[in-house]
Amino acid sequence: MKGDHHVILRVVAKALIPIIALYGFYVHFHGEYSPGGGFQAGVILAVCVILYSLIFGIAPTMRAITPGFARFIAGLGFIIYVGVGFWALAMGGNFLDYDALFREPPGGHLGQHTGIIIIEIGVLFAVAGSMVTIFYAFAGRVSEIRDEDW
Amino acid sequence: MTGFEGATLAIDLLNITLLTILFVVAIAIARLRSLFAIVMLSGIYSLVSATWFVALDAVDVAFTEAAVGAGISTALFLAAMVLTSRTAKAEKGAARIVPLLVVIATGAILIYATIDLPGFGDATSPANTGVGVEFIERTYPEIAIPNIVTAVLASYRGFDTLGEVGVVFAAGLAVSLLLGFGERSLGASVREEDRLTALKKDEEKS
Repeated sequence: MKGDHHVILRVVAKALIPIIALYGFYVHFHGEYSPGGGFQAGVILAVCVILYSLIFGIAPTMRAITPGFARFIAGLGFIIYVGVGFWALAMGGNFLDYDALFREPPGGHLGQHTGIIIIEIGVLFAVAGSMVTIFYAFAGRVSEIRDEDW
Repeated sequence: MTGFEGATLAIDLLNITLLTILFVVAIAIARLRSLFAIVMLSGIYSLVSATWFVALDAVDVAFTEAAVGAGISTALFLAAMVLTSRTAKAEKGAARIVPLLVVIATGAILIYATIDLPGFGDATSPANTGVGVEFIERTYPEIAIPNIVTAVLASYRGFDTLGEVGVVFAAGLAVSLLLGFGERSLGASVREEDRLTALKKDEEKS
């Protein structure tokens, strides 16, 4: 970027973006114990990418997270979620019936825990990928946010 | 005044303050013409609503509102704003009055509907005596995770959440199909630039 008048913004963002990403992962993996889960974590991770591209420009962001990759994980997340449903079907239960995943006797919770963890990963991928895809579709139309736009 | 009454008064004052801020921000959004200021104020509106949801003990909703409303929609609005002009056109004549009447009528209907609602935190309300109690009692023995909201969203209502994820994915897909050409051409130009710099480096080496 030209000029030096965004130096504070860039330095602060460089320090903050890893912390935001870490917080996103915390929200995801702690979702069974505290507010949050895959959806919120996916949004926070997408915000990381968007914040980076607002400050450092869209081209370096597209080199790090390519548009194809964003679309790929959006689709992959949905497939993971549906996959758990079909896994339960294949084990003889209803669609998304996590109790059937390991054919546990009543009172076992492994199936419920595994199912919830896997579908939350699916939600995380689908939401983060879709949000970054939407942002790329909007932001990809202008090469860079100019100073007079602010 | 007992301690309990003091706490109730404090919560009431907090509610009134937050709702006043929301009201002022909403009026400002309706009156402003600069799109950048409107985008920033709508982010503030979401953040204040998230704070208000915390005061109402709806932490999951508050968290989602803060992440989605104040976080990603502000960023997406900024990105969309860059594609259009910086100021909104002022409406004339009936376009100014009709929305106001619609809003006042809807608000009056909603306020009329609140008369029938049970009081906040009422232990005898249908929500606290019916299915809510059942979820609180059954979630830990059946699912064995502490956060009931996650258990309901991911397990009891897993099919519903699958639909929500499908909607988010479909939105990404639709935007990608409608607007994706810019993204593709920019992605291609980024790749082309990378290829050219790599070629230049090779030439310098040889």
